[in-house]
Amino acid sequence: MLRKGLAVAALGLALVGGPALAAGSQKEPRTVAWSFSGPFGKFDRAQLQRGFKVYREVCAACHSMNLMSFRNLGQKGGPFYDPKYPNPNDNPYVKTIARDFEVSDIDPETGDVVKRPATPADRFPNPYPNEAAARAGNGGALPPDFSTLSKARKGGPDYVYSLLSGYGTPPAGLEVPAGQYYNPYMLGDVTAFWKGQGHAPKGGFIAMAPQLAPDKVTFDDGTKSTIAQQAKDVAAFMAWVSEPKLEERKAFGVGAMIYLVILSGLLYVSYRRIWRNVAH
Amino acid sequence: MFWRGRGRTAPFRRSPQAKGGFKVADSVAGANPEHGAGGDDPSRRDFIHIAAGAAAAGAAVTIAWPLVDQMNPAGDTLALASVEFDLTKVELGQSVTIKWRGKPLFIRHRTGAEIAAAIKDDGAPMRDPQTDEARHKPGKAEWLVLIGTCTHLGCVPTFGGGDYQGWFCPCHGSHYDTSGRIRKGPAPTNLAVPEYAFVSDTMVKVG
Amino acid sequence: MSGHSSYVPKTGFERWLDARLPVARLAYDSLIDFPTPKNLNYWYTFGGILALCLGIQLVTGIVLAMHYVPHVDHAFASIERIMRDVNYGWLIRYMHSNGASMFFIAVYAHMFRGLYYGSYKAPRELLWILGCVIYLLMMATAFMGYVLPWGQMSFHGAVVITNLFGALPIIGESITTWLWGGFAVDNATLNRFFSLHYLMPFMIAGVVILHIWALHVTGNNNPTGVQVQSKADTVPFHPYYTVKDGFAIAVFMLMFAAFVFFNPNALGHPDNYIPANPLVTPAHIVPEWYFLPFYAILRAVPDKLMGVLMMFGAIAVLFILPWLDTSRVRSLRYRPTTRMYFFIFVVACFVLGLCGARLPDEKVIPGLTTFVLLDADLNSMVWLSRFATAYYFAYFLLVLPLMGLSETPLEQPASISEPVLSPSAAMPAGAAASPEKRG
Repeated sequence: MLRKGLAVAALGLALVGGPALAAGSQKEPRTVAWSFSGPFGKFDRAQLQRGFKVYREVCAACHSMNLMSFRNLGQKGGPFYDPKYPNPNDNPYVKTIARDFEVSDIDPETGDVVKRPATPADRFPNPYPNEAAARAGNGGALPPDFSTLSKARKGGPDYVYSLLSGYGTPPAGLEVPAGQYYNPYMLGDVTAFWKGQGHAPKGGFIAMAPQLAPDKVTFDDGTKSTIAQQAKDVAAFMAWVSEPKLEERKAFGVGAMIYLVILSGLLYVSYRRIWRNVAH
Repeated sequence: MFWRGRGRTAPFRRSPQAKGGFKVADSVAGANPEHGAGGDDPSRRDFIHIAAGAAAAGAAVTIAWPLVDQMNPAGDTLALASVEFDLTKVELGQSVTIKWRGKPLFIRHRTGAEIAAAIKDDGAPMRDPQTDEARHKPGKAEWLVLIGTCTHLGCVPTFGGGDYQGWFCPCHGSHYDTSGRIRKGPAPTNLAVPEYAFVSDTMVKVG
Repeated sequence: MSGHSSYVPKTGFERWLDARLPVARLAYDSLIDFPTPKNLNYWYTFGGILALCLGIQLVTGIVLAMHYVPHVDHAFASIERIMRDVNYGWLIRYMHSNGASMFFIAVYAHMFRGLYYGSYKAPRELLWILGCVIYLLMMATAFMGYVLPWGQMSFHGAVVITNLFGALPIIGESITTWLWGGFAVDNATLNRFFSLHYLMPFMIAGVVILHIWALHVTGNNNPTGVQVQSKADTVPFHPYYTVKDGFAIAVFMLMFAAFVFFNPNALGHPDNYIPANPLVTPAHIVPEWYFLPFYAILRAVPDKLMGVLMMFGAIAVLFILPWLDTSRVRSLRYRPTTRMYFFIFVVACFVLGLCGARLPDEKVIPGLTTFVLLDADLNSMVWLSRFATAYYFAYFLLVLPLMGLSETPLEQPASISEPVLSPSAAMPAGAAASPEKRG
């Protein structure tokens, strides 16, 4: 009887299954075989370093990352982790990276606001002093902060990769408003701007111009710097920024699952042993 | 586990119930505490039960550790656990106070006279005997790095005052000499020397 | 507690304690010696699982409260600090957020079990009602807890739900302003939600104690619905059900661990990783999955006030359930027609949940446009919600009262032990005359 009930339930589920978005649409993101996906996934350190370079040279001009500190780059699982320096504040590479950034500080003698080179303990500085300045510098749009951005979008790194590498010529018949760019992977509704035949294309308008270009960032490890490569690497970097504890979490999880399977087995045998002679 | 075997032997008597109706009071569980339809007494010393119990206890301990460890200093607190200081900021004869790990830190650039006075008193009677040599890095006698908390009850001593020209704590009158040693007053020990190292001739890393 | 205790203190210390504060006796009588029907199946393990979930939420929550800052400028960042900098903070946070979902999975299984086996029927009406109180407190706690991270969904979900009170005539606006502590959801709201979110689980723990006490007065129900009649029907709670609950808990923890370690954000919404912005509304505001059925009921009704009343009514109807079901037979095992209606009820609940996640004018069957009925096309989520809502209320207000009077139930076993001890005693349906048989 329970099975019959489950069958009815499954039928009900099938009826209402399937995505159907009335307002807003986007093309399904292209999937990438990320090194960090799956229960045993790990970040590719070289990829994280390349991704950081893309962030540093392309994205950091407009996007803040204000919940990350420089020392995070040198912690376990991070792009510049060095086992010789378990305390990332001592990591010389991290110190060098930090020194390239300037952060605001108060001069202890005069009380003036001054800029000084950053130390690993500092947060990544905002490229703009406040939200209003950020909007003014980007045509009214606020470049979102990177700290949790990868987790804040459906599709995560797949979405970021598809969006960054997915710009192309808009289909004929689509009027793109000034200051905006069409991207099929951006969630949006372009029906009001569609003058062509048939259904309006999926996707939306994004205020960010295409940022990546072939060889725009030179990779120190010699990897060919195509748009797809840059997009993949910065997407992986952003995934790390959102979830720096991913490797630790999955490693702990594998151990926990194995332990729980064993515990369940022991408890099951114990249960059967205890109930052996009870008619129930 | 205080599992008790079946101690009771008195048989349990119940009046037969009418079919299907549900009696409320009589059948209340717990009316007779004797063990019911359990089968043969499961041997409580079966290895499997001990193993299962031990595994469950192990799981509890494993989850207890993170719950305890989370109260230890977090990553951002540890990031500020060490500080690098540029010594060129301190003039000769001057002392600078910075905040380190939430406490004041004295960095004093001693003159030759102050060093000599400290060494001269190495053998003098004091509550916490210590040579001046032991309180600075070898070859760097001019630099004194001390935690600026009076060892009596925690006030911040003032620079230069007192009978020994070191530091003077105004709260209860502790006098420290030019090596930061307690010479007069209620403080029990010398001003503490933190863990520090010279990264270069002009830079110290404290902590 | 009713019944005579068979606890005998063994050591001197136990005797000393027993004469002053008989906690050991209480533990023995409730958890060790307690006679429990021997035929309880795995649906009965969810009570123990729920107790564990409450413990997990309490412990992880208290630990999180050591690091969380309940201020609009710091809440989001403090949680990210927990995830990144606090030792094992990521583990404790994910346990707490996924633990809430596990808590609701277990409570729904526990409630469906109660509905199926008639555990709400006399003499366990108060047990059921206390359970409904716990469920209400859980919902309030979970709602306020979800606001605390101060993400986009946190904020806008709070706006939607607190605005519902504005639907009440005359007093609505004052109540909403009072709830907010201002003219909109803002820092005052966040701070008080944190205080109440910390408080309510302890209220839940208190009601849980009453719930278990009420259970121990009447004794457990069992899958046959037939009362315990003799010693032969029961086994002591320890070790029989401690080990069975232990096994069920281990399996439940496996599912919990799968979420926490390998897919910790699957049951959440990505928009909640965007810091709250009162000026930007997310494309689709959706509550957490365990509220989706009620959200669907709310949106099914065109009128705002009626929608609110129906949504709360859906929970209120649970409180009066013991008096709606007129059948003298407890367990649906022996009520085949009602059982079929029950399974459809379960499907209706799932359908409501799925509708709650969708937009009201989305098509149920893609590509098909029929005709507009009232305010929407018939092939739309809102109409599906309406049908499912109608069935939900019909099950409680029509099916259960009527079926109890009209259905001829199957023959119940004479006792719990009977079907096991004498297989030949299995009765063909409706054979012998029995008091339940009607017309």
